[in-house]
Amino acid sequence: MPPIKRTKFKLTPEQLLEMFYWLKLSRAFDERLSTLVKQGKVRSGVYTGIGQEAIVVGTCYGLRKEDFIAPLHRDLGAFLVKGVEPRVMMSQMFAKTTGLSKGRDSALHSGVTELGIFGNTSMLGANLPVAAGLALTFKMEKTDNIVIAYFGEGASNTGDFHEALNFAGVQQLPVIFVCENNQYAYSVPVEKSMAIDDVADRAHSYGFDGVAINGNDVLAVYQATQGALARARTGEGPTLIECKTYRWHGHSEHDKAFYRSDEELAMWKSRDPIPTFTTYLRTRNILDDEKLNEIETTVTATIDEAVEYATNGADPDPAEAITDLYA
Amino acid sequence: MSKELSYLEAIREALAEEMRRDPKVFVLGEDVGAYGGAFGVTQGLYDEFGEMRVVDTPISESAIVGISIGAALRGYRPVAEMQFADFISCAFDQIVNQAATLRYRYGGRATVPIVVRAPSGGNVGGGLYHSQNPEAWFIHRPGLKVVAPSTAYDAKGLLKAAIRDDNPVVYFEHKYLYRRAKGPVPEGDEIVPIGVAATRRDGTDVTLVTYGAMVTPSLEAADRLSKEGVEVEVIDLRTLLPFDKPAIFASLDKTSRVLVVHEDVKTLGIGAEISALITEERFDALDAPVMRVTYPDTHPPFSHVLEGANLPNVDKITDALRKLAEY
Repeated sequence: MPPIKRTKFKLTPEQLLEMFYWLKLSRAFDERLSTLVKQGKVRSGVYTGIGQEAIVVGTCYGLRKEDFIAPLHRDLGAFLVKGVEPRVMMSQMFAKTTGLSKGRDSALHSGVTELGIFGNTSMLGANLPVAAGLALTFKMEKTDNIVIAYFGEGASNTGDFHEALNFAGVQQLPVIFVCENNQYAYSVPVEKSMAIDDVADRAHSYGFDGVAINGNDVLAVYQATQGALARARTGEGPTLIECKTYRWHGHSEHDKAFYRSDEELAMWKSRDPIPTFTTYLRTRNILDDEKLNEIETTVTATIDEAVEYATNGADPDPAEAITDLYA
Repeated sequence: MSKELSYLEAIREALAEEMRRDPKVFVLGEDVGAYGGAFGVTQGLYDEFGEMRVVDTPISESAIVGISIGAALRGYRPVAEMQFADFISCAFDQIVNQAATLRYRYGGRATVPIVVRAPSGGNVGGGLYHSQNPEAWFIHRPGLKVVAPSTAYDAKGLLKAAIRDDNPVVYFEHKYLYRRAKGPVPEGDEIVPIGVAATRRDGTDVTLVTYGAMVTPSLEAADRLSKEGVEVEVIDLRTLLPFDKPAIFASLDKTSRVLVVHEDVKTLGIGAEISALITEERFDALDAPVMRVTYPDTHPPFSHVLEGANLPNVDKITDALRKLAEY
């Protein structure tokens, strides 16, 4: 694999703390959702990204509003970083009219075009051709906006993955393909779905570079993204960034994940992206107990408010079950 | 002002005029560029509009539609060509799950103005994978519109309507008609509205509902019946979703007898829906059961002898009309 150029970046203490806030908020949001499912307050459709938060925060942080993202089903944090209010996302999970799809579908199957967010279907990998189409329009307009498209290692086995990356390579589109390799496609481990070690290797067959990185290190993700962004914005085409990570919960909240060992889970929990980054910030005197307490209080208050807003939001009118089909 | 064009030339003229009128309109598909398309529909467009608006794609039907959806979300009006309607099954997920549901799952906050052109139909010696009429698959999917012109005039006017429509439209263009159907085509901006049928022949005794390549043999059969003293009203649906229910009912109220003719297979074809709807809502107006002349429930064979046995034709339609008139 050819080396990806290291891109220097400088983040201010304030920016580093912002990234820390997004990590904490994404984690707390998913943890609260997990509780709400157990309490029966959220029906279903919860696919947490707990353990994988460094990927969406490291890739989305600092994007322009005009840049597009095409997140996957675990990337609730991407919606938050890109600008959707937590109370709106919570309403979406509660199937209320105050949510993005007004109760039509759960989870992340809705988007906000004005904020540059595309919401995919449940067909994993189906967002990738759409991302290529978004990127094609940026190329047509000769702007330097870009698209980041997310997928799991499981979705890298679909036809849409191949068709989208191939087209993006042919057209040298301004798109970054971010693989969240969390080791399992539902229950099927990576070695049973791929005969290679790294999804990143697949990039070369499409004529662009792929790099495998530690997806639990938010700054490593940020750095790799900045390098890929610089290339995409200057017309040098796509990059595939494979982020090695692990999902702590099951595929969805009802999945007990008996297909993996306690030891494996414990090993990956020891690589939790949040304490790693906490230590980084503390050793540089960017974060102290007081600041940490302040951030955690803000996060909890934000989630509490979101739950209250969603709880009080109106259920859809039954008549709305057949509207919004046609423009 | 009008001029004489073939059905194929009318499609090309609609594309060229819409591309000149609106810079957001572009075409993409296999061989549509310098080659001008497998049937020559896009000939000349590449020279006039260049490679960024007449985009040659790899053999990637799913991506062709997915890319179109992405572009549509950014305000473009892509016209995607499936080289043959038979290949549309490769793009099925992007059409039925991605495009058709998008507005619904976005809570009405997005539109998907794409057109998927699908050269369909038999009687051209194409065999199993170059002769299909898969329109019923798409009529069954809320969120889509489906059109199937039978004349050069409608081919142009309906394509313009489809391009300007804010919803995903599947446009079935019949290959048998490409060079055989010739007729006057208006110059300029004549739109044939989606959802409105055309009465091709007035009659008082039997209503014949059809579309596409079946219109001509239906009219010939109606002429035969006229010599026997039976006047058949021939309705060309032109749009299959949403089809023109008032036009069918208005004719039925005059004739009390309905025959549906389509080249698609019988089981759960559009004839089944029209028949069910009439039974539900206009049972009292009927003097005879709704009858159908369709392709049998089988594949389109390569042999001229076998295909001829399957295709509806003037004789089969005439027999059914006689039976219905005498009922």
